[in-house]
Amino acid sequence: MSATGIGASVKRTEDIRFITGKGHYTDDINRHGQAYAYFLRSPHAHATINKIDASAALKAPGVVAIFTGDDIAADKVGGLICGWMIHSKDGSPMKAGAHPALAQGKVRYVGDHVAVVIADTYAQAREAGEKIVVDYGVLPAATDTATTAKPGAPQVHDVAPNNTVYNWHIGDKAATDAAFAAAAHVTKLDLINNRLIPNAMEPRAAVGEYDSGTDALTLYTTSQNPHVARLVLSAFIGIAPEHKLRVIAPDVGGGFGSKIFIYAEETVCVWAAKKIDRPVKWTADRTEAFLSDAHGRDHVTHAELALDVGGKITGLRVHTIANLGAYLSTFSSSVPTYLYGLLLSGQYNIPAIYCEVDAVYTNTAPVDAYRGAGRPEATFVVERIVEIAARQLGRDPGEFRRANFVTSFPHQTPVILAYDAGNYGGALDKALALADYKGIGARKAASAAKGKLRGIGFSAYIEACGLAPSAAVGSLGAGVGLWESAEVRVNPIGTVEVLTGSHSHGQGHETTFAQLVSQRLGIPFENVSIVHGDTDKVQMGMGTYGSRSGAVGMSAVSKALDKIEAKAKKVAGHVLEASEQDIEFKDGKFTVKGTDKAIDFASVALQAYIAHKFNGQELEPGLKETAFWDPTNFTFPAGVHICELEIDPETGVTTIDRWTAVDDFGALINPMIVEGQVHGGVAQGIGQAMLEGAVYNGDGQLLTASFMDYCMPRADDLPSFRVETIETRCPSNPLGIKGCGEAGAIAAPPAVINAITDAVGHEDVAMPATAQVIWRAAQKAILKRAAE
Amino acid sequence: MAMTMTGEVTLPADRPRVWAMLNDPVVLKASIPGCQSLEKTSDTSFAAVVKVKIGPVGASFKGKVQLSDIDPPNGYTIGGEGEGGIAGFANGGAKVQLADAPGGTLLKYDVQANVGGKIAQLGSRLIDGVAKKLADQFFANLANAANAPDASSLEAGSA
Repeated sequence: MSATGIGASVKRTEDIRFITGKGHYTDDINRHGQAYAYFLRSPHAHATINKIDASAALKAPGVVAIFTGDDIAADKVGGLICGWMIHSKDGSPMKAGAHPALAQGKVRYVGDHVAVVIADTYAQAREAGEKIVVDYGVLPAATDTATTAKPGAPQVHDVAPNNTVYNWHIGDKAATDAAFAAAAHVTKLDLINNRLIPNAMEPRAAVGEYDSGTDALTLYTTSQNPHVARLVLSAFIGIAPEHKLRVIAPDVGGGFGSKIFIYAEETVCVWAAKKIDRPVKWTADRTEAFLSDAHGRDHVTHAELALDVGGKITGLRVHTIANLGAYLSTFSSSVPTYLYGLLLSGQYNIPAIYCEVDAVYTNTAPVDAYRGAGRPEATFVVERIVEIAARQLGRDPGEFRRANFVTSFPHQTPVILAYDAGNYGGALDKALALADYKGIGARKAASAAKGKLRGIGFSAYIEACGLAPSAAVGSLGAGVGLWESAEVRVNPIGTVEVLTGSHSHGQGHETTFAQLVSQRLGIPFENVSIVHGDTDKVQMGMGTYGSRSGAVGMSAVSKALDKIEAKAKKVAGHVLEASEQDIEFKDGKFTVKGTDKAIDFASVALQAYIAHKFNGQELEPGLKETAFWDPTNFTFPAGVHICELEIDPETGVTTIDRWTAVDDFGALINPMIVEGQVHGGVAQGIGQAMLEGAVYNGDGQLLTASFMDYCMPRADDLPSFRVETIETRCPSNPLGIKGCGEAGAIAAPPAVINAITDAVGHEDVAMPATAQVIWRAAQKAILKRAAE
Repeated sequence: MAMTMTGEVTLPADRPRVWAMLNDPVVLKASIPGCQSLEKTSDTSFAAVVKVKIGPVGASFKGKVQLSDIDPPNGYTIGGEGEGGIAGFANGGAKVQLADAPGGTLLKYDVQANVGGKIAQLGSRLIDGVAKKLADQFFANLANAANAPDASSLEAGSA
């Protein structure tokens, strides 16, 4: 292994500019003559818009234009779309209400877009926004996930009776019912997966620009997938044909899913730029981010686990109500279905599974994919109910899991997925050793002696990522294919530019992709640059989410490198006057088999471009190759996380004492970056488990709309993580990569709650388990013990 | 978000005078904290502009005030709704009951209010305290008015 090749913990090249303030984010972009957009948002969760009087605002200083839903409609700007069709169990298509970029006739959540004011400065736009008088007809709001589909609830969209988007199901109901009928023991669980607000460090932003000379538009935006944004803005919203629309996502400061989606604001900015023939810029303030970034999770679930006399799991039955908010965001429909129901087998050999999901509208912000997207929800169900079953049966939670693990591969689950490779028992063994599980009894006793409660919680998660085989997701309703593209451009002096359809917004692609190229071509790491995020440079791409950049994006690069190598061998053959078949390529050198004739990669690159040594009609000059990689399967990262914590029952203050993570991500490109991804993911998972929770009141007012009321995890909330890996290579891609970006956020919540419930001795602990929740749980346990 | 508040205060004036004050736009304007204007639009309604600051959010609310359940000189329900522009909205009402008491008139109030938008987003933890303070100020101002020889001279009363 070279110091910069695959498997080396190379320091991230991009960090120099990020930590020295040289990053170039959307808000850093300022175009000549730029005007600023301010979005007037609804203060009501549900209301008719009877009249908008902008006459006074139009006269305010600096105002260039004010647009409302009427202008959007008059220009025939299409609505925002949801790109994944889900069918209900009766075969009917999901019921998607119209989603105009500016509200037309009705607002459906606090923060919904009523009008846009465009002025010379942002302050002027905002001041003018104050002067717009909107006559609302306030309606009662539907805000509660569990009851919004009940008769009598206020109706969010006329097209969706009972606020129901779809009633989806998966699995074999009859087989599952039979498993329960024959069960020796049934474990039941009701849970809520709390609603989260993503809060990327960089808020969303957009700059739209129109060039009247070429009739072409450019949109700079905070996107995880600029090509998908261009496709949607072009083909569905109808802003401009693709060849007249360039989308650039420059440096992006975190996404976590929230920047996958195509939102109203960027749509309006690019549309309005042409309307007023001036660049239009918008940058969200933090309150706008809270109100209008797509939120995550928000499930209400009932689950039942069937077991035989020996403690083998024989069936799992799940019913979930998933809150999708007021409108269907770009990929929202897929999250509680194919990214959720398919994961309910966990790491376990479960013969029968049946899952029903009712997706519902409420008068709340749209809900879509957030780090993990569906898999954290599935893992929380599976790992909580398995833990409870073990406790009810008096079994050790680790050994109970082991007894039910999938142990032979490939393994076909009853919910579509076929696991290709894994070593679940191996990860458990390593985690038990690292966590010193044998010593937990003594540590619990030591805590008890101090008046503290100590608990330990397991999470043996699995996820499906590396999204995804195009034909497979197409058959499940996806509107796009989920391949990835790459272009490798070798310059005449042998340096290399890689253009990738993946997009880095914190993942470190500029480092890891360069490691792959450096290793494969035997050239210095510094001689490789990675280009992404610009539809005029990168031909096409599907972007970054679902931990797909390594498994899919780098596989595309690898495939393009195969082609580069093949072409370079031809060139080397001509230069070395040998047959192409006799050329070998290793460590950056082309040699003729059995001779000492050799030429290095840079020289071959030069020869490819000067084209003096071969017939340009028989072999094309140049050295540039493109590849599209379409995966043949999902990838299946899995692992065991163990949380050990100590509770002060008098205050509820809880300290996570040890965190052990043993993950199988397949082959690692850069172990340091992988460890960083685990740290970040676990931090977010602990945030969900103990701190974060979006709260709407009954009127649909968001009460947690600032960092005063929405608590994000901080360094002092977290332990020093013990992160290790095991490796079973992924068989479905050339690099053996599985993906690591979401695993921590998927694994962590049940590990935390299992540890807290272990400590307090009962299962009545909901997320977020704040100090108050834990104090109540601890007091309940103390009272129960006193009563016994 | 909803908020409720109840309380009582003894005003140093007899019941008919307190009742008259509660129906006098000049007195009300002087007594309502932050009231910029209050104009009678009918026997039972007013148009009002009120400036309020709740935590980090300051706003000028324009709205209607309506009197109902009028039972002179025993009490009424005063209700209102206001739009505060980008700060959000507020609406609600107070049931006001008067009774004779030693030293004047006992006024009991029962307030229910709703706020939304930025006020709810940023000020939800502060709103109860602010509402209590505003109510205290209102009744202190009203008590001052009751003490004054001519309520109409209170135009520039403290806010």
